[in-house]
Formats: sequence, C-alpha cells, structure tokens
Amino acid sequence: MAGTATNTAEHHDDHVPSFFVRWFFSTNHKDIGTLYLVFAILAGVIGGAMSGLIRMELMDPGVTFLTSFTDQNLPEAAQLDAAKNFYNVLITYHGLIMIFFMVMPALIGGFGNWFVPLMIGAPDMAFPRMNNISFWLYGASAFLLTLSYFAPGYGEQLGFGGGWVLYPPLSTENITGPSMDLLILSLHLAGASSILGAINFITTIFNMRAPGMTLHKMPLFAWSVLITAFLLVLSLPVLAGGITMLLTDRMFNTAFFDWTAGGDPILYQHLFWFFGHPEVYILILPGFGVISHIVSTFSKKPIFGYLGMAYAMVAIGFVGFIVWAHHMYTVGMSVNMKAYFTAATLVIAVPTGIKVFSWIATMWGGSVEFKIPMLWAIGFIFLFTIGGVTGVVLANAGIDHALHDTYYVVAHFHYVLSLGAVFAIFAAWYYWFEKMYGIKYNVFFAGAHFWLMFIGVNIIFMPQHFLGLQGMPRRYVDYNEAFSLWNHVSTWGYLITLLGVLAFFVGIAASVLQRRKGVANPWGEGATTLEWTLPSPPPFHSFNELPKIK
Amino acid sequence: MKLSKNGKTALTVGLIVAGMVGMSFAAVPLYRIFCQVTGFGGTTQRAEFASDVVLDRKITVRFDSSTAPGLPWKFKPGQISEEIKIGQSALAYYTAENLSDELIIGTATYNVVPNKAGLYFRKIECFCFTEQVLAPGEKAELPMTFFIDPDIVNDRNLDDVTTITISYSFARNEAAEAEYYAALDKEAAIGGAKPEAQGGN
Repeated sequence: MAGTATNTAEHHDDHVPSFFVRWFFSTNHKDIGTLYLVFAILAGVIGGAMSGLIRMELMDPGVTFLTSFTDQNLPEAAQLDAAKNFYNVLITYHGLIMIFFMVMPALIGGFGNWFVPLMIGAPDMAFPRMNNISFWLYGASAFLLTLSYFAPGYGEQLGFGGGWVLYPPLSTENITGPSMDLLILSLHLAGASSILGAINFITTIFNMRAPGMTLHKMPLFAWSVLITAFLLVLSLPVLAGGITMLLTDRMFNTAFFDWTAGGDPILYQHLFWFFGHPEVYILILPGFGVISHIVSTFSKKPIFGYLGMAYAMVAIGFVGFIVWAHHMYTVGMSVNMKAYFTAATLVIAVPTGIKVFSWIATMWGGSVEFKIPMLWAIGFIFLFTIGGVTGVVLANAGIDHALHDTYYVVAHFHYVLSLGAVFAIFAAWYYWFEKMYGIKYNVFFAGAHFWLMFIGVNIIFMPQHFLGLQGMPRRYVDYNEAFSLWNHVSTWGYLITLLGVLAFFVGIAASVLQRRKGVANPWGEGATTLEWTLPSPPPFHSFNELPKIK
Repeated sequence: MKLSKNGKTALTVGLIVAGMVGMSFAAVPLYRIFCQVTGFGGTTQRAEFASDVVLDRKITVRFDSSTAPGLPWKFKPGQISEEIKIGQSALAYYTAENLSDELIIGTATYNVVPNKAGLYFRKIECFCFTEQVLAPGEKAELPMTFFIDPDIVNDRNLDDVTTITISYSFARNEAAEAEYYAALDKEAAIGGAKPEAQGGN
C-alpha cells in the first residue's frame, strides 16, 4: 500500500470489536484516549460558553446581561439577585470544568493514554480495565457536577457560587443547599479516576518500556506524564481529605473548619493549596512534554539538553509541593514564613527557565519549519513565558499583598493555563491528528484557528493585567466605571477567540469531509519517536512484537 | 498470593495514596500543635506562674470582643487598653450579659495581633480556658491574668511591637448545652440538685 509503513502488527489478528463493545467497554488505550479527547472537547465547549457569559456580563459596568437569563416574572430585585448568583456559579463551574474536565482529561487521559504506550513501545496500558474504570468514573463525576449545577446552593438559588477553591465558611455555613454536597462527591469521583489513571501510568512506564529503552532514553512526553502521575498520587488524596472534611462539617456536625467549635478555616486553605499548587503543574507538565517533541520535530534536531529537560520537570514537581502558601500570603503569616515561601516560589523559575531556554536552544541553528503544530508550540512558549514572568512578580509576598485577588492574578494564571496548557493541547491535537485518525487536518482552518486564537486570547488577557494593577478585584459581577475600557476590550478579545474555536470545529469537519489519507510519518526526519514507526492510524493492537531500542 | 510485577508497582503506589489520605487527616492535629508551639496566627501561650522578671519597656495591650451570630450575649471589654511593663502580670476584665431568657453556654476563642506576638502573650488565668454558663439575664465579669513574656526583647522581629491587641470571640457551645440539659434531666430523675456546669480546658 502506498504511503503506509509496513509493520509486523498488521499481520496479526487486528479484530476490532463491535461499536458498543468498542466504545462502552473499551480497554484499548487508543480508544480510551479518543473517549477522553471527546469528553474534553465537550467539557471545553461548556466551560468556554460559561466564560463567554462571564465576559458578556463584564463588557459593561452594571449587572446588565445575566438578568436576561433569570425568570422574567420575578420582581426586579429578585432578578438581580438571581443574576448575581448566576455569575458566581458561572465563575465557579468555569474554573472546575476547565481544570478537572477539560485540561486534565485532554492532556493526561487523552494524549497520555494515546501516546505513552506508543512512545515507550508497550502493547497497551498495564491495567486496561482499570483504564476503562478511570474514564467512566469521569463520566459519573461529570454527571454529579451537572446535578450540582442545577441543585439549590445559596438559599433557593441554583448552583454553588463559592469559587472553585471551595473555601469555608462560605462552603460550609453559608451555602447550605445540596449543590455543594453533590460538587464534593463529583470531585471525589474525579479524584479517584485520576488516581487510578496515575497508578496505571506509573506501572506502565516503570514496567512496560520496550527492551533497551532506559528511563534516560525515554521520550520527554512519557517523562512528563510519569512526573504528572506522581504529582497526582501525592496531591489528590489531600484534596480528597480536605473536601471530605468539608462534607462532614456540613453533614455530620464535625468542626474541622468551624471556629465556633475549635476548628480553623485557614487549615482548609493549607490543605487545598497543598493539592492546588501541584495541580497547576499537573495541568502544565504534560504540555511541556508535548512542546518538547514538537519543537524538536520541526527544528529537525534532537531536543537541546534532554536530561536537563527531564530533571527540570522532576525539580518543578518536587518544588511544587513546598510553595503552597504563596496562594495565601494575606491570611496573616509571619515575615519569616513569607520570606521562605517567596524564595521557594522564585526557585521554580530556575527549572522553568531551563525548559524555556532549552526549547529556544533547540530551535537555534535548526532547520525550522513553521507547520501548524510548530506555530502552536511557539505560541505556547511565548504565552507561557509571559505568564511565568507575571508569576515571578506575584511570588513576592510584598507585591502580592497589593495584587492578591485582583485581575492581575486572573491574567497571570490564564496566561499559563488557559493560554499555556490550552495551546499545548491544540499543538498536540494538530501534531498527532493525522497519527490518531489517519487523515490530514485542514491546513487553512488550522491556521485560521491558530491566528484567531492567538490574537483573541492576548486581547482578552493582556488588558486584565492593567485592570489588576489598577486594583480591580476578581470574582465580582460589577465594577467601577473607571475599569470599563479594558473590560470592553477584553470582551472583544473573547469574541475573536470564539471565531478561532469555530475555525477549530469547521476544520475538523473539513478534514473529515476531505478524507486526505494520512501517512505514517508526515513530519519527516525530525519525528523520531516510536509512534511514527506505526501506520496512521495505528492498528488496533500495536507492538505485539516489542521494538528494540538501540 | 504472588503478585505480578505490575501488581507490585500498583500496590506500592496505592499505599502511597492511602498514606497521603492519612497525612491529610493527620494534618488536623499537627496543625493545631504547630499553631500552639509557634504562636502561628496569633495563638497565645499559657503559663503556670507569673514572670519573675519585669523590664522597663512598656507595651500597650488593647482589648477587643465579638460574638458569633446566634449568640444573644452582650460581650464587652471592661477597659479599652492597658499599658503594662514587659513581664508584669496584669488583670483585665470582660463583661458578658445574657440578653435572652434561656440559659446559654458559650466558649471563647482568641488570638492576638500582630500575629507574631502570640508566642509572647502568656495567660495565667483566663475565662477562655473554660466554658461560661450564663443564666437568663445574668451578667458576669470575666477575668483574665496575663503577662508579656520578657523573651520578647530577644526576638528582633518583635522590636517594632508597641501595641498588642487581644481579641475574644464568643460562640454558643451547643454540645455543652446539650450535656448540661442531659445531666439536668438525669438529676431530676433521681431527685438530685442542679448540676454544676462542666469546666474544661
């Protein structure tokens, strides 16, 4: 067959099960990866639509937009209250959905499942059925989250509006409805799913690498998923513990966080951020892995400083566990503690800098091709670096006292996550699209997608730095008129981004309609990892005979 | 049962997960101990005896009070501030008045600002060490004895401190009330006298 690499796997029995068995009882890492990607795309659409409602509301001062979603028969004051609650609920679920149901399933569940076994030359994940359980726990978790969204939270108002961090006493005393309880259970399931997935990845990577592939020869994406899995295993149980305490405080009269009975609400913040800070590295590390592959492929050079890149991620993962209190400088810590957390946080800039400079050094002197995945990768490096620099600013306790809970923080974490992690996801999508589905992506729409999104997200979030420095607090439905110009600009940025997302979907439709047949390795000599030795799409069962690594 | 290599790895990682869940709950008592030992968050210290050293440096102690929602008490400090020498034992009063027509038991929590002074604020006696019982309409004077630890002069982080504010917040102690009424019912059943309210630490 023209354009198809020969592989021993093709000569084996490549029996594909029937539709229902294949997609509902799936134990195949590629199918589960695809399920995760579909899940993440759906969640991304919902979470993205929520951010659209937020931006439309914030386009002009005053509560003007969300009132149109309330019961028009209510008196005006009640409509206003409902709209305010709706805003709080939107920002909460936007955060939760994007973190737990979009970025994590896409990078870890989706691309991790698809490519970790292929890259290390394993026939599948170590525990295929556990992999299936992981995915469907995510489904159950999403179901509970949806129920929570439509259950009473604050009084009769629907949904939990206390922010994704779920701080008590708001989440224990004030928001009494079942919405919060459902949300806690949803996060329990999502956590259980991720922990099972992490156990699976660790076992696969430790025990099932192809003969000759030592850890120090393992591709960086597999490294990044391995480190991410360890972060999940060490941090998610602490979140589970913390939210279980919230649940018992709410339902069973315990007083972990209730000061009137000897508890301390600040303890929750410590527990939450002991999970929360590693969580942000969980979101970004697999992206680091993806970007390393893409930059190397399209520069036609091996990655600069491979070992340094791998151990920089280890260092980021380790230091990520001892900096959590920089999220809570304003709770009343001593100067010495703030000095420690500032210094430890600044240290993270060192391994992160190693990564950024190594990507640039990989491109340096390379024969760089600006194909679509490379555009996303360079966009990632640019945006992530901006977000990293504002992170260094915020790491300083003295400055953070002024900027805490302002739009500067919102701009910072959207630059590293919404733009960083999401650009990494799209980079991976275009890099591996042909490999996964055996058809080529539509170059025109992929290009439009990139440029619209790159321009759009910068217009959304760059002005939010200015708003934050001017003192605009986050999490408010309304703002002083002095802030209206940049809020207006930011919302226009959202509309441009929306066009970009549209181009993404039109691009998928166009590539499906065009059906231009994919080749095993469309990227040429720069693409050196094992997945490119297989045909596109890879056979249902790959590497039945293990490849040998020299 | 012999585990496969994969099974061993999964079991090890599973044990790490269980260990981390345990750690998150162990954090609750550890955090309490951490606060008591380091004075974190303005946690004050206890002392058995008054200080035998009194220095010339003076510190102004200010008194603050508040009540939790659902506690119908009027709770005010008897003095706004007191200037005392470091090491000198001082006596201060708060007054609490039960404005409701039922018996209420309250417990006070407390801390000081600046938080860093918590380590050096030592109480010998305090109404906050025990539960307080106020009968309907009862008004009580609640005393506390304290001193500022002379070690404060050896901590350079505290050199800028000239004023320390101690704050008390009373909250209704429903568990203690339930215990009180249960004991009352029991006494009534055997025809005994009215029980004393329990004092705890």
